[in-house]
Amino acid sequence: MKNRKLLLENVHIPGIETYDVYRKNGGYRSVEKAIKSLTPDEVVEEVKKSGLRGRGGAGFPTGMKWSFLAKPEGIPRYLVCNADESEPGTFKDRYLMEKIPHLLVEGMITASYALGANTSYIYIRGEFMYILHILEKAIAEAYDNGFLGKNILGKGYDLDLFVVPGGGAYICGEETALLESLEGKRGNPRIKPPFPAVKGLWGAPTVVNNVETIAAVVPIVNDGGEAYAAIGIGKSTGTKLISACGNLVKPGVYEIDLGLSIEEFIYGDDYCQGIANNKRLKACVPGGSSVPILPHYLVTKTANGDDRLMSYESLAEGAFASGSMLGSGGFIVFDEDQCIVRNTWNFTRFYAHESCGQCSPCREGTGWMEKVLYRLETGNGNLRDIDLLAEINKKIEGNTICPLGDAAAWPVAAAIRHFRDEFEWHVSHKEEAIKRNYGLSKEPMLA
Amino acid sequence: MKVTIDDIEVEVEAGTSILNAARKIGGEVVPPAMCYYSKLPGTGGKCRTCLVEVAAGSTADPRPMPKLVASCSTPVMDGMIVKNKTSQRVHEGRSAVVEFLLINHPLDCPVCDQAGECNLQDLGYEHGSVKTRYEEERRTFDPIDIGDKIKLHMNRCILCYRCVEVANQLTEKRVHGVMHRGEHAEISTYIEHAIDNEFSGNMIDVCPVGALTDRTFRFKSRVWFLKPMEAECDCTKCAGKVVLWMFGKEIYRVTGRKDQYGEIETIDNKTAWICNECRYDKKDLAKWKVIGPRVIDRHSVISQGKYETSINSPIKKIN
Amino acid sequence: MPNMKRENNIAQTAAEFNGFSKETIAKFNEIKNHFPVGKEKSAIIRMLHLAQTEVGWLSTEAMDAVATFLNIQTIEVYEVATFYTMFHVNPVGKHVFEVCRTGPCMLVGSDQIIDYISEKLNIKVGETTADGEFTLKTVECLGACGYAPVLQCKYKFHENLTKDKVDELIEAYRSGIIEN
Ligand SMILES: Cc1cc2nc3c(=O)[nH]c(=O)nc-3n(C[C@H](O)[C@H](O)[C@H](O)COP(=O)(O)O)c2cc1C
Ligand code: SF4
Ligand code: SF4
Ligand code: SF4
Ligand code: FES
Ligand code: FES
Repeated sequence: MKNRKLLLENVHIPGIETYDVYRKNGGYRSVEKAIKSLTPDEVVEEVKKSGLRGRGGAGFPTGMKWSFLAKPEGIPRYLVCNADESEPGTFKDRYLMEKIPHLLVEGMITASYALGANTSYIYIRGEFMYILHILEKAIAEAYDNGFLGKNILGKGYDLDLFVVPGGGAYICGEETALLESLEGKRGNPRIKPPFPAVKGLWGAPTVVNNVETIAAVVPIVNDGGEAYAAIGIGKSTGTKLISACGNLVKPGVYEIDLGLSIEEFIYGDDYCQGIANNKRLKACVPGGSSVPILPHYLVTKTANGDDRLMSYESLAEGAFASGSMLGSGGFIVFDEDQCIVRNTWNFTRFYAHESCGQCSPCREGTGWMEKVLYRLETGNGNLRDIDLLAEINKKIEGNTICPLGDAAAWPVAAAIRHFRDEFEWHVSHKEEAIKRNYGLSKEPMLA
Repeated sequence: MKVTIDDIEVEVEAGTSILNAARKIGGEVVPPAMCYYSKLPGTGGKCRTCLVEVAAGSTADPRPMPKLVASCSTPVMDGMIVKNKTSQRVHEGRSAVVEFLLINHPLDCPVCDQAGECNLQDLGYEHGSVKTRYEEERRTFDPIDIGDKIKLHMNRCILCYRCVEVANQLTEKRVHGVMHRGEHAEISTYIEHAIDNEFSGNMIDVCPVGALTDRTFRFKSRVWFLKPMEAECDCTKCAGKVVLWMFGKEIYRVTGRKDQYGEIETIDNKTAWICNECRYDKKDLAKWKVIGPRVIDRHSVISQGKYETSINSPIKKIN
Repeated sequence: MPNMKRENNIAQTAAEFNGFSKETIAKFNEIKNHFPVGKEKSAIIRMLHLAQTEVGWLSTEAMDAVATFLNIQTIEVYEVATFYTMFHVNPVGKHVFEVCRTGPCMLVGSDQIIDYISEKLNIKVGETTADGEFTLKTVECLGACGYAPVLQCKYKFHENLTKDKVDELIEAYRSGIIEN
């Protein structure tokens, strides 16, 4: 069962980025199956059965999200693919789109059919302009072969698909900011309600899904929702792309069965092959920069001593006290020589830099935390600053328009929770803190 | 729909926001609003000062909402139970918001045109901790003239976007807006550009702080030394219903008439925005018919005892 | 391939007057057709990318031309252009090195790479070399964290950077081996 691949199986076939090779290897079967033999609702039903959860970060059940889409008469509906991929540590969508662009195009057609959308968009971060061109080429081929345009497969279904670039803004990954940006505006998240399922792109009902979510629709429709649901563990069904980075022997994008043990993922020969340069593991941020950091003794085991698995549930086990989240699958590994204070400052600077600036707690609070952390990191902090950070955190959390405020607050709270000794050391050993790193935290090492 | 706010029940139409339901009750239960402006559709949701706690979502789904919500942009549901003054969480959340609004705010009140009629000053007084723990350098911008009539003190701006909506909704051409993002976001014309449009002066009236000020008035006096008089004139461009801010027989400033929420009043079913001619060019008393003293319904720490307030004069009914 | 037809695409001459090439204008017209009638403003970000590619940066004139093209107010273009970090609203060098500085890159040495480029080009972050060839900027996560450290120059990614690779890159750009 190991190394089963649903999305990346054919990635290494030469020429797979072209229509001909992709098609020869079973491409566009899901479109044929859906359009020729299933009603849109039946496609939605398969996705529900599959247990697929959104791969963009929040893990919301995709089938349920689709069934919430409002369907008023006479108003178009839109499917928008979120290819903004900007969460630090996450680079899986890029890999998929670059290597096997037709998989996303195919997923978009099948999903659009299920939702009754006749125009769909892929919103891609502007930095990925070269991938935009790859996708446009794939789309043109799909038009040429009758999978896009009018009367697809002669069954009367019409679909146009376009790719739209962003201009450099992490916040445009948030779905309503994405829609604003897609409408040609500043990427300010919208005030909800109304939600996109009711009022989305240009005020019309809209579904926004991550690249990987949409790609997963292809094997789900091909093999049936039940087959997909049989993979994985509990409510974490199917496979997941994990982008691994940081101090690893073999960073990169891996497709895993959900439920794989983290021990195996970090150290296994088929995966990351351990920590680079023969160093020891210090910490791990398992799901993109927004999720809580785990100290080494909570990475491969939970606080109860159970094996920690790559699943929504296992990674969250222990909640804020000793758990984290699967998030977007951006798996960031820190070796023993990394400085947690510096990294926390770095991440906070990221959020301050990416805040849209609309609401006061995030606009002012992220900048404030960044300044305090910078002081601590550069040997100018004091002990009260550590409590101050926790306090600012609480003032931001839950009081903002969109989750970016929380995403900025949580990593700081988790870093202080697990690495307080290291923060305090930065205060007590100012000179030293500038010259060297603290090393591993004091808690017991597990093998 | 029935909503309960701080134990007071009120009946409102579907689609009404919690804030407007609270305004229907009036008094203490009304959350403060710095960015929402009922006369400018599309405003609200940004400043977060109007946060309230929803203790029960509706009769159908009585679960509480996990987070505080912006009352200005959350519609009521039948049977919703809301806590404002009666919630400790709201008090804490609002204090946090006020602190955030103040950390980069200059301590300009003594020299600020808005002092005495400033929503932020009021809020700071009610919710702000006496001393902020912000030790960093404050963000600063130089004040700039946008046209010959309006001065922008970006340091004081809270990015409520109200002035942007005035330009969008009352003028033909918007030449100012929000540039950059995050803490660097600022109101600007980007290139030197005069704001010049018959109704552009209303931006000054909607600004909840002293960020946009009337250059024809600037620094001539402190607001609380002036006597506000209701006046009107025959104007071809606007309704001509204004407040004259007088010192002796001299008109120091002309503004629109604001209600207890700091919003321009509705007169004859229309928002009584005033035109730039009335605002800037009619500083001669002969041009006005003075009606009488204007009641200022304010609870500002500075305004108390300085103006005739609704506390010591009969409440003026605003339709 | 797009099948949404639209009248009144601005004549090429009008925008040529503002300085864009025929190719860019043709592209503008094509992109506008990706959106329903009345929703053409959606084309703005891609148009700004094209404008920047042609002019080298987003001068006020270039942005004003985009506004004319979309029939929107200039302020709307300025608001958008200043929001997104890929747009250079101030003049930049011929080659802009945008080096990622975010956590995952930092873990494997992006700070050192940034310092090295800075030393090598003798400019600080945010500055342009005296000959106008290079500008050094730092950016946030480029979505290439597994191949860090990373820099981007005009949509091209350069990954797994080392000091030697940086030397090669600078040489290659200077001599025109890598084209923009
Ligand atoms: C600040 C922020 C950034 C986000 N960035 C991304 C992103 O880059 N890609 C993505 O797919 N989802 C991102 N999301 C999640 C989206 O809002 C949305 O939940 C997702 O696209 C839904 O798709 P899914 O259900 O398929 O996961 C982000 C959310 C927030 C709050
Ligand atoms: S939380 Fe931050 S990013 Fe989200 S709307 Fe508020 S200011 Fe913008
Ligand atoms: S805007 Fe208000 S709080 Fe700020 S300086 Fe002026 S009066 Fe004081
Ligand atoms: S200048 Fe005044 S009205 Fe305009 S956004 Fe700032 S605070 Fe609001
Ligand atoms: S008044 Fe509601 S958020 Fe500003
Ligand atoms: S952190 Fe540098 S590319 Fe992601």
